[in-house]
Amino acid sequence: MRRKLTAWLDDRIGWSTLTAFLSHKTVPMHRYNVFYYLGGMTLFFFLVQVSTGVLLMLYYRPSAEEAFESIEFLMTAVPFGWLVRSIHAWSANLMVFFAALHMLSVYFMKSYRPPRELTWVTGVVLLFLILGFGFSGYLLPWNQLSFFATAVGTDIAGVVPVVGTWTLRFLRGGDRITGGTLSRFYGWHVAILPAITTVILVIHLLLVQVKGMSVPAVAEAEAGRRPPMKFFPHFALRDLSGWIFALGVLAALAALLPWELGEKADPFAPAYANIRPEWYYVFMFQTLKLVPGGEILGVEYEAIPILLFSLAGLCLLLVPFLDRRAARDGRSPAWTIAGLIALAFVVVMTCWGYATLIPLYIVFLTALLLSIFAFITRGPRTAGHR
Amino acid sequence: MSMGDRQSCLSCETPPDRRRFVNWFLGTSFGALIASVLYPIFRYVSPPRIPEPSTAQVEAGDTSDPQFQQKGFKIVRFGAEAVIVVRAGENDFRALSATCTHLDCVVGYQKDRNRLWCNCHGGAYDLTGRNIGGPPPRPLTPYKVNLVAKSGGASTIVVSKA
Repeated sequence: MRRKLTAWLDDRIGWSTLTAFLSHKTVPMHRYNVFYYLGGMTLFFFLVQVSTGVLLMLYYRPSAEEAFESIEFLMTAVPFGWLVRSIHAWSANLMVFFAALHMLSVYFMKSYRPPRELTWVTGVVLLFLILGFGFSGYLLPWNQLSFFATAVGTDIAGVVPVVGTWTLRFLRGGDRITGGTLSRFYGWHVAILPAITTVILVIHLLLVQVKGMSVPAVAEAEAGRRPPMKFFPHFALRDLSGWIFALGVLAALAALLPWELGEKADPFAPAYANIRPEWYYVFMFQTLKLVPGGEILGVEYEAIPILLFSLAGLCLLLVPFLDRRAARDGRSPAWTIAGLIALAFVVVMTCWGYATLIPLYIVFLTALLLSIFAFITRGPRTAGHR
Repeated sequence: MSMGDRQSCLSCETPPDRRRFVNWFLGTSFGALIASVLYPIFRYVSPPRIPEPSTAQVEAGDTSDPQFQQKGFKIVRFGAEAVIVVRAGENDFRALSATCTHLDCVVGYQKDRNRLWCNCHGGAYDLTGRNIGGPPPRPLTPYKVNLVAKSGGASTIVVSKA
């Protein structure tokens, strides 16, 4: 029966080609291969976002009059509504975290070297899309925090010379933040961004499959010595155990620290004390706080950090084409140092923004957890999972 | 062009003029087709400018409003704008745009320090609207305040464009 079904599928969709590909796919083994799990982890959180997001759509009403109330209803009256929303919010944060971690590991291992430039570019675009999801989803509960975060975020776009005003109006759907902005953001969040993300994600995953895993220059000797691990089932099972662990963490966070709803947005109330964006925007927020008011050559001071951040984003996107040294000999200390400086800047500014060292502890904790996971998944040193 | 020329051109590397013209023609019409699809989309996503009804003046309540006693300020709607009315002293009321000139947050009034303060990025203004600290690049737009006496001692605060 099973053979018949396989043959039937094979005739129609080339099933055996797929299984043959999976059975031949291997993952190089070396001391840094714990980083190979980070992309899969980000994908897991993305899948959680899609499923919980679809569930939220069943009750959410995207209008200024009803958005807040519909979420209040969801959180208080709908069975497990609080759980679905909290998982969506926590998973969103963890997705940003793992996407950033994945990007950092790929950056420092120089995995963007030829022939994987396009894998990197699609990956950075996906990271930006994730940030776009975060920004557009933030307004949807229509509470005070989301209202001011959107006011500031869209005004930042408006500060950019030449295209600023158009961008601001394009984002807000007018000059101000109104119910029109809410439906626009909803459209982006549930239709436009998911459509673009799906296409880019498919390309990214295909490129990863076609080009295989990159081995950092420092681990080439080790990877050559050790037998590679079969992707299916050995690597996939390790991936899966990570996902199950992540699901447990998500459930625990959602149950113990349910996401708050806050107060309904009021465009005619002052922003409350200690208002702050989500953690992944805090370093930019803190930088903007430090820039004094003023103008130079018709450009406001606040536009300068915004332009610099945009330039940094562009550099990040184009790293594979700028870092010629890594393409040539696999190492490029200057880019490593630049990356470390940027990372230090982000961590310091985030600590400053929160006036606490907790972000720094989280960096250490992440390093510790990655080391533990690396130890658990290290695999045999010699004869392997062939 | 003779028959022989045409035959020899089947194998020549550069396409003959007529084919190049057709290629160019089809290529540009394809570009025009894309443009004719993209242009309406671009216009559609750019929100139309809707003229806002102009507001000349609004009433901001009584001078005896308990909000002035407790917090020292009140935010009122002036058309689509938020305007902050601050009680600077006995019968001294000031009205300023409540939208921070830095990045569009709504400012509040700190009674103890007698200044307007934006919680978003720490912008500070004095009661004339002058930006005196933090990132705001410009002062707040001032509005005119008139007190219209009512029977019973209190007055109505009338805010109008300066």
